[in-house]
Parts: sequence; structure tokens; C-alpha cells
Amino acid sequence: MLAHRLAMESEWITADMVEATEFPHLANKYEVYGVPRTVINETLHIEGAVPEPMLVNELLKVLDS
Amino acid sequence: MPLLNDKIQTEVRKALQSMAGPVKLVMFTQASNALECQMCSETRALVEEIAALSPAGRLSVEVYDFLADQAATEQYKVDKIPAIAVVGAQDYGIRFYGIPSGYEFSSLMDDIVTVSKAESGLSAATKAAVAKINRPVHIQVYVTPT
Repeated sequence: MLAHRLAMESEWITADMVEATEFPHLANKYEVYGVPRTVINETLHIEGAVPEPMLVNELLKVLDS
Repeated sequence: MPLLNDKIQTEVRKALQSMAGPVKLVMFTQASNALECQMCSETRALVEEIAALSPAGRLSVEVYDFLADQAATEQYKVDKIPAIAVVGAQDYGIRFYGIPSGYEFSSLMDDIVTVSKAESGLSAATKAAVAKINRPVHIQVYVTPT
């Protein structure tokens, strides 16, 4: 998985793949209505599959903010 | 009865042949009164079946109890179960929560081989960008089995 590959590249990145139906409280908390849904540092949410350059841009955005 | 049928077992065995170095699947479950939560016991059975299909000594499984094995739970920063950490030359921070079936199963197989090679396979541009990160970033990807 892309997020897992990114975790390999940086000691600062941790990446979880979460089965939404087994953790309904989290699916509810992060408003998971469609999958995949990516959540970065609790705040940034991305719906749908994310291409590599876009996900990297989103990660850098989190750092800039 | 095995969780993986003959066809999948053959595919898994073939995929694991390309493992370069050893990988450890660190699995967190919970047992109380000898009753393991259903998805936990199935997840444990699944990782044990996968490990049995790897070349000798390449893929191993470590099982911890989420509540009883506090030190391991803290070391791997696991906050829910069932959980699997895919650990290679180092712990890269790769976690699966819930049983890895369907789409997640493919991801797990892909991760095992990638981690065994200690090479992410990402583009040079991505590696350069990610190298700039100097604060903790936690990525969660929510998926469903199909």
C-alpha cells in the first residue's frame, strides 16, 4: 500500500490500514461513507484512491499548516 | 479448515518466494477466559497460515495479548485489535487493524515482500519530498474487504 511505502521512507510517518466495518466508532468519527478514505493527522480527509504525487503534496501541506 | 484455499495457498507461496530478507508479523489479540474475539482468532489463524507458506525462516509470527503484554503494546503503539505490525530490518510504522481479507489481504502480501527488500519502490521525487518531513505524520486509510 502507498501509505505503507511512505512509512518506509520516513521515521516520522506511521501508516495504518483500518478495516472500517470492524471499527464502526472510528468509521463514524472520521465520517467514512466511501472507501478508501485517507485521514492524515486526524484533520485532513481525502476521499477515494490517492495517486502518489497527490498524497505526498497532502503530507507536506500538513507540515506547512 | 484452512482460511486460504488451495489456489490462494499456491499464489501466496509463489509471492513469498521473492522475499529478500526476514519479516516478522507482530500480531495483537486478546484472550479472556480462553475466549478470543472472533476477528482476532481469525486474524491470528490467517497470519499463521501465511507464515507457514513462506520459505524457511523468512516470515515469522509473534503473538501478543493486547492487555497482558503491555510492553509490546506500548512498543508497537497499538491502540486497537486485531492488529498486525509488518516488521522487517526495522519497524517502519506499518500497521493493519482488522482482519486483512479481500483488498487488505493483497496489501498485506505486497507489504511483506516490499518490507523484506527494505526498499519502498517509490519514485525519486517522492523520496526527496518525504525526506523533508520532520514532524510526526499519522496516515490512516479506511477500507472495506471488497
